[in-house]
Amino acid sequence: MLADKDRIFTNLYGFESPGIDAAMKRGDWDGTKDIIAKGKDWIIGEMKESGLRGRGGAGFPTGLKWSFMPKETDGRPSYLVINADEGEPGTCKDRDLMRHDPHKLIEGCLIAGFAMNAVAAYIYIRGEFFREAEALERAIKEAYDKGFIGKNACGSGYDFDVYVHRGAGAYICGEETALIESLEGKKGQPRLKPPFPANVGVWGCPTTVNNVESIAVAPTILRRGGAWFAGLGRPNNTGTKVFSISGHVNNPCNVEEEMGIPLKELIEKHAGGVRGGWDNLLAVIPGGSSVPVLPKEICDTVLMDFDSLREVQSGLGTAAVIVMDKSTDIVKAIARLSEFYKHESCGQCTPCREGTGWMWRVMERLVEGKADKSEIDTLLDVTKQIEGHTICALGDAAAWPIQGLMRHFRHEVEARIDAYHAKAAE
Amino acid sequence: MPTLTIDGKEVTVEPGTTVLQACEEIGVEVPRFCYHERLSIAGNCRMCLVDMEKAPKPIASCAMPAGDGMVIHTNTERVKKAREGVMEFLLINHPLDCPICDQGGECDLQDQAVAFGGGKSRYDENKRAVEDKYMGPLISTTMTRCIHCMRCVRFSSEVAGVEDMGALWRGEHTEITTYLEKTLDSEMSGNVIDLCPVGALTSKPYAFTARSWELKHTESIDVMDALGSNINVDTRGSAVMRILPRLNEDVNEEWISDKTRFVYDGLKKRRLDRPYVRKNKKLEEATWGEAFEAIKKKLKGVKGDQIGAIAGDLADMEAMLALKDLMGTLGSSRVEGRQDGAALDASVRAGYLMNSGIAGVEEADYLLLVGCDPRAEAPVLNSRIRKAVRHMGLKVGRIGAEADLTYKVEDFGDDAKLLKSVPTGRHAAAKALKAAEKPMIIVGQAALAREDGAAILKAARDAADKYCVKDGWNGFNVLHTAASRVGAMDLGLTTEGGVNAILDDAAAGDLKAVFLLGADEIDTSKLKKAFTVYIGTHGDEGVKNADVILPAAAYTEKSGTYINTEGRVQRTEKAVFAPGDAREDWTILRALSDVVGETLPYNTLAALRTRLAEVAPATATLDEVPTEAWGDFGTKGDIAEGAIKPIIDNFYMTNPIARASQIMADCAQAREGVAEEATGTHG
Repeated sequence: MLADKDRIFTNLYGFESPGIDAAMKRGDWDGTKDIIAKGKDWIIGEMKESGLRGRGGAGFPTGLKWSFMPKETDGRPSYLVINADEGEPGTCKDRDLMRHDPHKLIEGCLIAGFAMNAVAAYIYIRGEFFREAEALERAIKEAYDKGFIGKNACGSGYDFDVYVHRGAGAYICGEETALIESLEGKKGQPRLKPPFPANVGVWGCPTTVNNVESIAVAPTILRRGGAWFAGLGRPNNTGTKVFSISGHVNNPCNVEEEMGIPLKELIEKHAGGVRGGWDNLLAVIPGGSSVPVLPKEICDTVLMDFDSLREVQSGLGTAAVIVMDKSTDIVKAIARLSEFYKHESCGQCTPCREGTGWMWRVMERLVEGKADKSEIDTLLDVTKQIEGHTICALGDAAAWPIQGLMRHFRHEVEARIDAYHAKAAE
Repeated sequence: MPTLTIDGKEVTVEPGTTVLQACEEIGVEVPRFCYHERLSIAGNCRMCLVDMEKAPKPIASCAMPAGDGMVIHTNTERVKKAREGVMEFLLINHPLDCPICDQGGECDLQDQAVAFGGGKSRYDENKRAVEDKYMGPLISTTMTRCIHCMRCVRFSSEVAGVEDMGALWRGEHTEITTYLEKTLDSEMSGNVIDLCPVGALTSKPYAFTARSWELKHTESIDVMDALGSNINVDTRGSAVMRILPRLNEDVNEEWISDKTRFVYDGLKKRRLDRPYVRKNKKLEEATWGEAFEAIKKKLKGVKGDQIGAIAGDLADMEAMLALKDLMGTLGSSRVEGRQDGAALDASVRAGYLMNSGIAGVEEADYLLLVGCDPRAEAPVLNSRIRKAVRHMGLKVGRIGAEADLTYKVEDFGDDAKLLKSVPTGRHAAAKALKAAEKPMIIVGQAALAREDGAAILKAARDAADKYCVKDGWNGFNVLHTAASRVGAMDLGLTTEGGVNAILDDAAAGDLKAVFLLGADEIDTSKLKKAFTVYIGTHGDEGVKNADVILPAAAYTEKSGTYINTEGRVQRTEKAVFAPGDAREDWTILRALSDVVGETLPYNTLAALRTRLAEVAPATATLDEVPTEAWGDFGTKGDIAEGAIKPIIDNFYMTNPIARASQIMADCAQAREGVAEEATGTHG
């Protein structure tokens, strides 16, 4: 269990003020100028050493990502874009970070922006996060007023601006290139890669898109050293992580914990346990709606980090733990997710546009059992036809929940089909 | 230059080539829907997925730049499966209405479903239906068939330069639309019909009139403007069913304007299909013999210098030469080919050509338009300029009337007087021309058709001489509006005082007889006193005061030589026969010569063309752009103050065929917003 001294988000629950004075008391904006003075290479080096992997879901090493940005400008400015379009069902960590601890993010913007030579940061915040956008704006103003950002930020001689841009509530705009399109004022549809944003991003300029949490932890990592962060968690899955635990638990919450904590411990210690006790657990979706569901047998022992969850054919994703007890209609739950992906598909590329609707319609029938058993395999085949064939990962995200369901709960689906046909025969 | 391996074969390609293009180079077929070589890459159909070694997922070959050492497989089981999967997805919501779909027989979806599809569907749910959209009088929509490849959207915004099309909604509810369901505000809109890989956007005028496999294709060229766009005339029996573009990289790439594409119904309407002779102030039907006799009778005693002739905008060179020769036998040298009165100078060939060439626009870095509206006068050229502005960094300035050309233009004003200060170097345009490496000036007919046209020509020539004529580059260009014009100039059809003098002399009674060879853009009320013979295709302006009408063949009904604005010699081909008693123009003049004067010395088209090559040597070589010697032309004189007014006020109504066309009339109305049709989504 994470020791209090190693906690990064010390105001995650909003017990203290999010204002700049309180934030500074908690250690934010402490020695930012000194960090910047150590130079870009040192910052990126420390970030690499920390082993921090992107907190938005894909888990790409953050330091490495920063190092992709051009060291010398070719005349184009570079930009840092913060992905605050937190839309993954089950995930609500960035929301609390921005609400209660916005200065961590803003300080992170400055340091990360400096490390990648960016002239400005754009925080693309989900449209529904109205109060959070207000909180950010307030915090940005405070930081400007103190001279921490803007011209000669923190007295470092470096000019850096931070802007908030509100989205309009499309899930797909959380995909980094769709976010860039949306930021440019266009329809939020993912771009083809290559070219990658580090080459051609916002307005054709080099851009890095980072998740809120990835950026917000950076100042603390740099203050305490990459080695400290790397010492937490497990190899290749280092540091701390904010987990969002929701569903059939006694005490749904956001909690910062060490990477690699056993799922059972996470739920029992922080969320007050599963409703009706651990044995009442049916399944857990461990990383937001797009990762495959895990049955109780696996939940008993699995560790919460990127590699452990990948070994059991799921993923850490955003670390949004959705707990389902035995009262859950698991088929209906997954069908609901299918509807979500059908609704959020941008419609640009064929497999996702056509496939998400197909899958959802079959899933809806499977909820009732109104199907033939052979359709399960057809459905799985359709998920395979989508997976890996689309421009962005939304196609994969739509396919995985169904694959997870069939992997672990196929018997449940088949039983339902049998029951339906038995009833129809009566 | 990257070298990659595709299906075991090594291929070295230019940097910037995509994997799909590399596959094409060695003849490996990769299916695709959204990819189009003249549009930006969308990568959304996912049909072109191929395997790349070391890549975890199949890659979209249309969007992946070819890299050195790449190993590509297009024939693996995974690729086959991926293609079948995409095909299945495309078909689940595509209606099975091929038997009643106009795209049938030339449908990419149909073809590729057969070649790459899985053969059967596993989709048992309901299919999606989409409301049809109104897109004007040219484009018929069946949006349920749409596969969302976005080719039409990309074409509109990139080539046509209008942001009128786009996709609304998202996911499976995505719909391609013109947003407000209005006519596309473009002269190039018909090209989306060709681009649409399925039957979602089809030709409205052609709808349900023919199947593609019933049609005979005749390779020809277009005469609606002076570009000479290459076309295919598709016919069934005696009727032109449709006109499609034909590839010519140097002229029209693969685009044609809406006028070129849809004017064909004008070939059937208001046609002159028998000779007429005016008796007692009324035109009466006559036989060819009667008509010729009437001409003979009227010409008796008329001296050669009392006869004049005007060649119109659509005349082929064979006809114009025969007219010139006929007039010669009658003792007249007064044959005028500049119907609009433009002060073109026949003495220097470079003085009336687009010397840089149409494709030369892409090399140029500065372009000054003088009294020229390429969007109305030659829309395909305008798209080429737009392309150069977008991709090659061309800058455009203009002296002339303001008009939206779909790209950024620096306006210097429309006063012709400004031209005086260009050759002297004082004008801002002169500075831009001077600074440019390959500067171009395009002089339009609007500037040359003024009273002081000759002085304007001289000023433009002097400016070009100073800034635009360099080693291996001639930046002086004339953009013609008439397909016949360069040919007429080559034949020397210029007279003192031009067309206005002929009309004035006729009005004054000095000219006793006037021959009109398809000349319809003139004020024929001035011909009331003169005996007028009209040789042409349509009952348009030219017949109003005609005393004898001789019905001739339109451009789809004869093999005729035309020289486009850049000096490229091309020929139309006979796709159908002229209606009724109408005959090919030169044969009419040849037959008339038998009756009224000396018999012209050619009995066959070949013999006439031999003579043509003697008179106009350029016609001996087809489809090549000449490099003409620079010289002095135009007349020094005062340029009067006053705006250069546009020469085309209605793009759809510029010639007798277009004016006879119902489709063109509908277009003109729709563009003005008069006629809009309501569809299902109109509340």
